[in-house]
Amino acid sequence: MNKVTSLPGPDDIYREVLPNGITVLSRSNFNSPSVVVTGFFEAGALFDPDEKLGLGEYTSLSLMRGTRNRTFDEIYNALESVGAGLGFNTGVHKSGFHGRSLAEDLPLLLTLLCEALTMPAFPRAELEKLRAQLLTGLAIRAEDTADMASMVFDNILFKGHPYSRPEDGFPETIAKIRRDDLVKFHREHYGPRGMVIAIVGGVKPENAVKQVKRALGGWQNKNQKETPALPALKPLKRTVSKHHRIAGKSQSDLIIGTNGPMRRDPEFMSASIGNNILGQFGMMGRIGDVVREKSGLAYYAYSSISAGLGPGSWEVSAGVNPQNVKKASGLILEELKRFVQEGVMADELADTKANFIGRLPLSLESNGGVANALLNIERHQLGLDYYHRYQGLVQEVTAEDVLATARKFIDPDKLVIASAGP
Amino acid sequence: MTDTLTQTTLSNGLKVLLKEVHTAPIISSWLWYRVGSRDEIQGRTGVSHWVEHMQFKGTEQFPANLLDKAISREGGTWNAFTYMDWTAYFETMPADKIDLALRLEADRMQNSRFLPEEVASERTVIISEREGSENEPLFLLGEAVQQTAFRIHPYHHEVIGDMADLRSITRDDLYNHYRMFYVPNNAVMAVAGDFDTPSMLGRIRELFERIPAAGDPARLARPEPIQQGEVRLSVEGPGSTSYVQVCYRFPPASHPDFFPLAVLDSLLAGPSNLNMFSGGISNKTSRLYRALVDKEYVVSVHGGAQATIDPFMYTLTMTIHPRRKPEEALAALDKEIQRVKEEKVTKEEITRAIKQARALFAYGSENITNQGFWLGYAEMFSEYSWFETYLERLSAVTVKDVQRVANAYFQPQRRVVGTYIPLDGKGSS
Repeated sequence: MNKVTSLPGPDDIYREVLPNGITVLSRSNFNSPSVVVTGFFEAGALFDPDEKLGLGEYTSLSLMRGTRNRTFDEIYNALESVGAGLGFNTGVHKSGFHGRSLAEDLPLLLTLLCEALTMPAFPRAELEKLRAQLLTGLAIRAEDTADMASMVFDNILFKGHPYSRPEDGFPETIAKIRRDDLVKFHREHYGPRGMVIAIVGGVKPENAVKQVKRALGGWQNKNQKETPALPALKPLKRTVSKHHRIAGKSQSDLIIGTNGPMRRDPEFMSASIGNNILGQFGMMGRIGDVVREKSGLAYYAYSSISAGLGPGSWEVSAGVNPQNVKKASGLILEELKRFVQEGVMADELADTKANFIGRLPLSLESNGGVANALLNIERHQLGLDYYHRYQGLVQEVTAEDVLATARKFIDPDKLVIASAGP
Repeated sequence: MTDTLTQTTLSNGLKVLLKEVHTAPIISSWLWYRVGSRDEIQGRTGVSHWVEHMQFKGTEQFPANLLDKAISREGGTWNAFTYMDWTAYFETMPADKIDLALRLEADRMQNSRFLPEEVASERTVIISEREGSENEPLFLLGEAVQQTAFRIHPYHHEVIGDMADLRSITRDDLYNHYRMFYVPNNAVMAVAGDFDTPSMLGRIRELFERIPAAGDPARLARPEPIQQGEVRLSVEGPGSTSYVQVCYRFPPASHPDFFPLAVLDSLLAGPSNLNMFSGGISNKTSRLYRALVDKEYVVSVHGGAQATIDPFMYTLTMTIHPRRKPEEALAALDKEIQRVKEEKVTKEEITRAIKQARALFAYGSENITNQGFWLGYAEMFSEYSWFETYLERLSAVTVKDVQRVANAYFQPQRRVVGTYIPLDGKGSS
């Protein structure tokens, strides 16, 4: 048995770019009898027209509803009969897929992935079933305090920017989408250019790449459109508060925040470390300590940063009794002020650094964890040696860096305060 | 792969299971107590879960604010779960740091403080946790169904407890519960990962064997009488989506019928995953998906089998299609239930269920935390060999067995049917 004592790096990540533009990354783990196949491609919700918002997601979820070779039932029968799974999803910039199976069934997984990506049939009856499911999902979303608080938050923070739009659309936009729209979306945006696939588990990397070549190496699409550039973001001029009312609920969700760094910004690591101190470390950091531990106001109260290809967000979230929304907001605002005025203490910084370095092996324990790490490297061009350099990147962050980053992004007088509940 | 498994019981009754797994420099340590909502009487429902929260509030040696920081600083992850039959605490740490977790668990088995001010602030945290759950239609429905299915047996209340009790439970209620159940002879220590068994066992002895055994905790003995006739109920609340839950009686995990029922669950609704850390697989070619979702009576259907000490329930949950009525979906479900009772399933369907189970176990085995989980989990309702022989026992299931258990357990007069009726903006709950 091999012990995976080393973090993924140039010595054991196999990377190859196929002639049609697909990047394949693979790392073997023969301690596992299973395999994960995951990846992304350039067909995100950015391409959705406003009046048909949700088109990209509807398209990706339609792929498994039938291909030129198989019906919906045949696709899932092949997968489920061997305990395998394969699914698609859509984000703002990219769509993605995630599959897993026993290692012996990798060829099946790749065949189905290829069929779904390159030859979807968009059968009308299945599209209508899917539409009813999407609409039910949106009806449930409308009643979910956390989802609605998050939508209100994005709507204000990213006003006039594509990030203000929910990828899953609205009931009226989903209702407008026709089969032709899905076919056109697929024709114009699905292609090998920009696609990345990671395969991790009980398979030799060379063998994995050979199988990807066989399945998708011949795929071409001359019509594949370039991803549009993001417009500039309008900064907040003052604090904006908004409550979305959902009657009959016993708890409100609250989100307070502002913009955060992009993943490739030099401030990303200092923001991550600062955020961990602010609202994650131990039981949810300083925010958890004040809102949950000391005041008993919430079961969850934490902060998070969302840093991707475009401007990110830096948010504090809490679920509180409707009568305590103001009180919790006040406590959170005080902590944000303290964070940008005083920064972090040396012992807090040391604790978080130790936490970041120590927890890395845990996050890379499973095939899925490693596969996500490989995609992370590729998506943000971090370099194959990123996880080898990681410890150094964490260690070099100073308390001054954290303070400067906090001040750069968080202005306690220019925040979004979004809530949803009764 | 074969890993070394050691089982022993310390002189104070603490059962210890150790499994060496040398795939990564990680160790996961789990301490399981045989206490859960099944040990709670009316007026003190939710006390087990609340005690679990108090276990994070510190001891003299590890005060609350040092405790979680100490684990996080070492790169560990930790959490706890309270269930009907058990309460479990785990820490997964870099292998060379696990001693902290062992010392912490030995200490809080007997030295937690339960300070009145901590009890007071945790009361509102738990009330907030419950309020968050009450936001979910399926929590409201599930709670009503469970209360109806169990009138006598303590499985009748949710693990989190009733709001009235969360408001009235006292510090002494919590502390007495802790002292009664948190004793070595009522616990199982399970450790999996990158260690050497003799030295790990030596360290566990050193830390835990000095904790004195106590009397066996008192147990409630209130078996649920046989249900006489189907019960239907409804819950009204906000939203525009209807849900239906159909609950049949299900045997305990130690019962031989559990295995043919697991096969039946797999082919009816897709396999329930008993594994907490690796997710499941889709169920789009299960019989109920084909009959209910494909035919547009519902937009989703899921089955839920659970491994319990006493007989519990098998729950089928349907999200009703916006153009359908709950009773139409129920009629379509009943047709499929009738079919498994009247017609034998095929051998292929059983083979498929076994392969699905094998794949789910394979996914779970990637993760040391999950391996630690299984070691102790199976002990809570049976013993570790239950897990080790699971696939074998599934393989022994015949088509006759499946038909027999379908008839024995899917009886309409022994079920509870609950409907969530959305108010859709009309009135308020």
